[in-house]
Amino acid sequence: MSDANGMKISGKAWVYGDNVDTDVIIPARYLSTSDPERLAPHCMEDIDDVFASSVRPGDVMVAGANFGCGSSREHAPIAIKALGVSCVIAASYARIFYRNAINIGLPILECPEAASAGAVKKGDEMAVDIATGRIENKTSGHVWNAAPAPEFLRGLLSAGGLVPYVRARLERSK
Amino acid sequence: MRRTMVEAIIASHTKDAVFPGSVCQVSVDFAFANDITAPPAIAEFKKMGAVRVFDPERCAIIPDHFTPNKDIASAGQSRAARIFAREQGLKYWEVGRVGVEHAFIPETGNALPGEIVIGADSHTCTYGALGALGTGMGQTDLAAVWALGETWLRVPETIKVVMNGKPSKWIGGKDLIIHLIGLIGVEGARYMSLEFHGEAISALSMDDRFTMANMAIEAGAKCGLFVPDEHTLAYANARKSRDFTPAYPDDGAKYFRTVEIDASQVEPTVALPHLPGNAKTARECSSIEIDQVFIGSCTNGRLSDIETAARVLEGRKVHERVRLMVIPATYEVYNEALDRGWVRIFTDAGASVCTPTCGPCMGGHLGILAEGERCVSTSNRNFVGRMGHKNSEIILASPLVAASSAIAGHVADPRDVPNL
Repeated sequence: MSDANGMKISGKAWVYGDNVDTDVIIPARYLSTSDPERLAPHCMEDIDDVFASSVRPGDVMVAGANFGCGSSREHAPIAIKALGVSCVIAASYARIFYRNAINIGLPILECPEAASAGAVKKGDEMAVDIATGRIENKTSGHVWNAAPAPEFLRGLLSAGGLVPYVRARLERSK
Repeated sequence: MRRTMVEAIIASHTKDAVFPGSVCQVSVDFAFANDITAPPAIAEFKKMGAVRVFDPERCAIIPDHFTPNKDIASAGQSRAARIFAREQGLKYWEVGRVGVEHAFIPETGNALPGEIVIGADSHTCTYGALGALGTGMGQTDLAAVWALGETWLRVPETIKVVMNGKPSKWIGGKDLIIHLIGLIGVEGARYMSLEFHGEAISALSMDDRFTMANMAIEAGAKCGLFVPDEHTLAYANARKSRDFTPAYPDDGAKYFRTVEIDASQVEPTVALPHLPGNAKTARECSSIEIDQVFIGSCTNGRLSDIETAARVLEGRKVHERVRLMVIPATYEVYNEALDRGWVRIFTDAGASVCTPTCGPCMGGHLGILAEGERCVSTSNRNFVGRMGHKNSEIILASPLVAASSAIAGHVADPRDVPNL
């Protein structure tokens, strides 16, 4: 669940370890399409065969370090977003995945404390404020604050993302 | 300010202040996608309201992943890419004339020393071998580059990797890079630039440098840069599609850290499932039986890789339990392999030889693994399910170790192959 502008989120946690790679998030064998609805059912299937069928809109993925390492495929954040996952919380992100998630509007938060072993367990009820970076584990009562996005990226996000940013630049140069 | 190599390249492409952590708007020298990433990039390009690419001579589509088209859906993706390429007049090569992108693009002089090259493919870092800042991005970022001829880059910190000593004749770029990733870890260079120095690096062939730069991303790096020398300039000048200006690091540049390796002590090295950083010596793994061997890919499908495999297999047979797939990365390599008799060596040994394509590397086609199967592969990733079933396994290795393993039927150190 989320509020009207998608900034306040509540849902259950799906918890994974370090180095969740993009081959696992969406295996290359499904990349003969880039249709989000056709990618979504295969998200994470090689390491979690119930995730795609059981995840509910608003749920949160929590993972360790280097989330999204590997291939540049934007299909990975697209598949996660298409399932209705409201945000990813990880200790750190691989750089291409980080750019891709921002470009397609999948909220991602970097918070090593929330991502540390045992801080969040599978099925814990989470409440996340994307705007402030406040992460609450309602099941355990713990609260953490994610690092804010770099200033440059906040500018890109406030322009509505990369597509509107480029569109505006092209229109100005006409 | 004294600059590292990545800082020098970025500084020559931006008006912004360049220091580690700063964000710069940079001009891009070459930007491309493949048959998987081009169709969604084209869709984003249109959403941006873009009409023409910034310069058709500096934009390309390389159909290499699911080609020759493996099924109807892939054929549709290739067709969409082909139609856009023709509309835009951008660089495009058809099946039969193309190759695996990161072997083909340098071969055709489309990535050059000192340049910034952006590809919608993570192994775009391969061009670091030429002293180019090649880096991978997603399809939306690539579409923006096609539209504007620019992108934003955060200036990375640099890890200086110094490889001293003379490696033994059994050691190639693949052993050195797996050894390094084993040392620093799969996120040891996350967001950073790797910059290679030392006498062991200077002595490496261009093919070995491409192999090492290719796997910089497997340590999380944005790029893996080799300082241009006479090998680099000879390669680039013989193939260049445009003029270029090499960039060099300054003496006394500030590095985030320095990693020193005695290359004379590195042994034939493999990476066990399921991370490229799970480095072990091939000898430690010689009890591991295998079902398949793949020699090819943007990591190790170049001329010297195929030559190495042919020398091992000449007069020998692939183990009866093993399937060996040899896939030269480009037609230039394929034709040389024909002319020099290597293709016949492979087929006499009982191997399959296929047309240039990414093939089984990322589970596309031409060698998918069944449940429980294990493959020694010269490619760059051994993630869960990468080449097939989620319960299959990939062991990364050099062409020398891969060919030796194909004969032995298990992971094999080339020093243990009789009379090699």
